Amino acid sequence: MYEGCLTVVGGSFDNAGEVSGSIKTILKRMGLPSDVVRKAALVAYESEINIVSYARRGMIRLYVVPGSIMIEAIDEGPGIPDIELAMQPGYSTASSKIREMGFGAGMGLCNINSFSDMFEISSEVGRGTYLKIIIKTNKVPLNS
Amino acid sequence: MDLQSIVKTLDLRIRCGEDKLKEEIRGGYTGDLLSDVMGNSKAGDIWITRQIHQNIVAVASLKEHAGIILVQGCEPAKDTLDKAIKEGIPILVSDLSAFELTGRIYNLIKPLPAERK
Repeated sequence: MYEGCLTVVGGSFDNAGEVSGSIKTILKRMGLPSDVVRKAALVAYESEINIVSYARRGMIRLYVVPGSIMIEAIDEGPGIPDIELAMQPGYSTASSKIREMGFGAGMGLCNINSFSDMFEISSEVGRGTYLKIIIKTNKVPLNS
Repeated sequence: MDLQSIVKTLDLRIRCGEDKLKEEIRGGYTGDLLSDVMGNSKAGDIWITRQIHQNIVAVASLKEHAGIILVQGCEPAKDTLDKAIKEGIPILVSDLSAFELTGRIYNLIKPLPAERK
């Protein structure tokens, strides 16, 4: 059992990836299977990059319970007016500065969706965005 | 084929991680869009890119890549190098284009898609 909260600073591209790196280290130390750790690191990374790219600040919460990992990403930012559109592969509102670095390809939310077992997103324009992601850690077949 | 042999065969210049070139390379990924690389590359891959900023190290480290090769003679930024040394990720430089380098490495290792789980 584990519960932790890490702060992400908006606009801080130099340190982008540090929070997800810490999450990966924590999960590795807990002895979770490496494929599960990699999936969690990926969804944490994409969540972190979204906060860095768009929000003023945010946090990533990590909960580990027997059988699953839950990651919550909560930010204070502009919010997403049309979530369905934002979920479309290739859709992005990233600035050219962000794109020059190789971010803002419109793939972040799609990656989170495809590497998680459950993904919920809600957003309020002018307030911020909330992501809830669950990754199962036990090898139960998907259709059971 | 291990990374050391790829370095020798293709005259790659080692910028850091000289002691970490023994890993067997079974596959690779070529791309400059970080989310594309995050979503589609595999652990143990060699990553070919022309991005030089420090965020590439975070991606390679999270995905457990065997190393990063910068193409077209691009040199890593100083903070990229510092971070790569800290994270233990080899950074190599080639004068070839991404297209040509990818083709050469592909021919050297001949990855079988079915083996790359």
